[in-house]
Amino acid sequence: MIQAKGIEKSFGENQVLKGINVDFIQGQTNLIIGRSGSGKTVLLKIILGLFEPDQGTIHYGDEVLGEMAKVRRKTLRQEIGMVFQGGALFDSMTVAENIRFPLEMFAAMTEHEKDERVNFVMDRVRLEGAADKFPSEISGGMQKRVAIGRAISMNPKYLFCDEPNSGLDPETAIVIDQLIQELTHEFNMTTIVNTHDMNSVLEIGDHVIFVKEGHKVWEGTNSEVLGSTNADVEEYVFKSKLFKQVRQAFRK
Amino acid sequence: MITNFFEGMGAYVLLMTKVFRRPDRWRLFMRSLVQEIRLLGLDSISIVVILSVFMGAVVTIQTAFQLSDDPLIPTYYIAMATRESITLEFSPTVVSLILAGKVGSNIASSLGTMRVSEQIDALEIMGVNSASFLILPKVVALILFNPVLIIMSLFLGLWGGAMAGDLLGLVPFQESIMGYRLEYIVFENAIYGLIKATAFAFIIGSVSAYSGYSVKGGAVEVGIASTNAVVRSCLAIILANYLLTDLILTS
Repeated sequence: MIQAKGIEKSFGENQVLKGINVDFIQGQTNLIIGRSGSGKTVLLKIILGLFEPDQGTIHYGDEVLGEMAKVRRKTLRQEIGMVFQGGALFDSMTVAENIRFPLEMFAAMTEHEKDERVNFVMDRVRLEGAADKFPSEISGGMQKRVAIGRAISMNPKYLFCDEPNSGLDPETAIVIDQLIQELTHEFNMTTIVNTHDMNSVLEIGDHVIFVKEGHKVWEGTNSEVLGSTNADVEEYVFKSKLFKQVRQAFRK
Repeated sequence: MITNFFEGMGAYVLLMTKVFRRPDRWRLFMRSLVQEIRLLGLDSISIVVILSVFMGAVVTIQTAFQLSDDPLIPTYYIAMATRESITLEFSPTVVSLILAGKVGSNIASSLGTMRVSEQIDALEIMGVNSASFLILPKVVALILFNPVLIIMSLFLGLWGGAMAGDLLGLVPFQESIMGYRLEYIVFENAIYGLIKATAFAFIIGSVSAYSGYSVKGGAVEVGIASTNAVVRSCLAIILANYLLTDLILTS
């Protein structure tokens, strides 16, 4: 489990986070939603240790991130998998080399064990036959699967996804969402997904956190989103006619 | 502007302290080093060959034009003057300036693209020292291979000069060889040129890498960083050339 306790962060005069308290639950997909500029990306970067909070602490299990020794912080990074919005695949490496890269850097494995692990991961994220292709030769959906494969290759305890299905068609986006949820449950990871996509919220939101203007204003499950009477959630989630109709149908 | 300069210098020094660390995995470092030698070194051979041959020819023609009026000056002195110009200045400095354009823009644009496409962030989140992992092989490759290119340039420049002198009837080929060998001092010529080549290689690699690694923004900023890399590298090479010439030849 990851806990954020009393997180505050300012950039100059602009206070972006105003005392956020959240528990991100192990074995569940924890979705952070909110408008652009609401502070969710800053929160994700603070949890990752890329920004230091002005106030508050981040807890990985029993350990406080800010109090970890440098060596421990480095090993913690090897327990983290990250899926970036654009994939962030290494252009000069093939699909298999991208997935193998964390193993080459950190794993104490024989070459045969690394091969086996790469094959297992490629099979798991359904990338059969793409091993020798370069990122520029595969589709956006496949690139996201490679990014997920690279993120889970070290068998991480924590998986972070920043807008994992942005730029994908609805069908592929659902496939990626479902893959993230399946892997989360299968490997019992603490998964945090930063998203704008309400389809993702309804599809895989085991635990949804709504952030507005630096505050956590609501949290619950995906099914609770539909029944929520919180004014901020209603305004954000049910802005479109389609979702209004979905909510009406759900309430009937 | 002055504040920006010193901030930039500070950021450059801090980046270099991250770059010059022991690689996490020597095997990956060696693999990257070989790739960089191919990309930054071997792929530059053709431009160095063309540049050096014609540079040597032009220097010979220019020198002959200046000295040929005086019948008391032996023609092999033209070759000797050509040798001094090529080995002391033209090969190490001009070739490095050209490489700053070719290699510097390549380094800055590749690192800049990695920065804006979050590939560098991905390395950092994995716990990899991205500065050392990406930049150290490039700098080491240039330091190892730039002297090789400069030695090649020296020979090709001299050969180009001798051929031009012979073909245009300015200096017979044998007299060019005689002039090249006359009062040849290894340190003042070859070693001095190689010291400069090594220093310039470090400048091209590190300054260009700094420009690319510190990009913020998108494609436009990568283009600006690429241009900045060439301009900064060239300025740094010219300044270092003055300092090294003063330091080595007057000490």
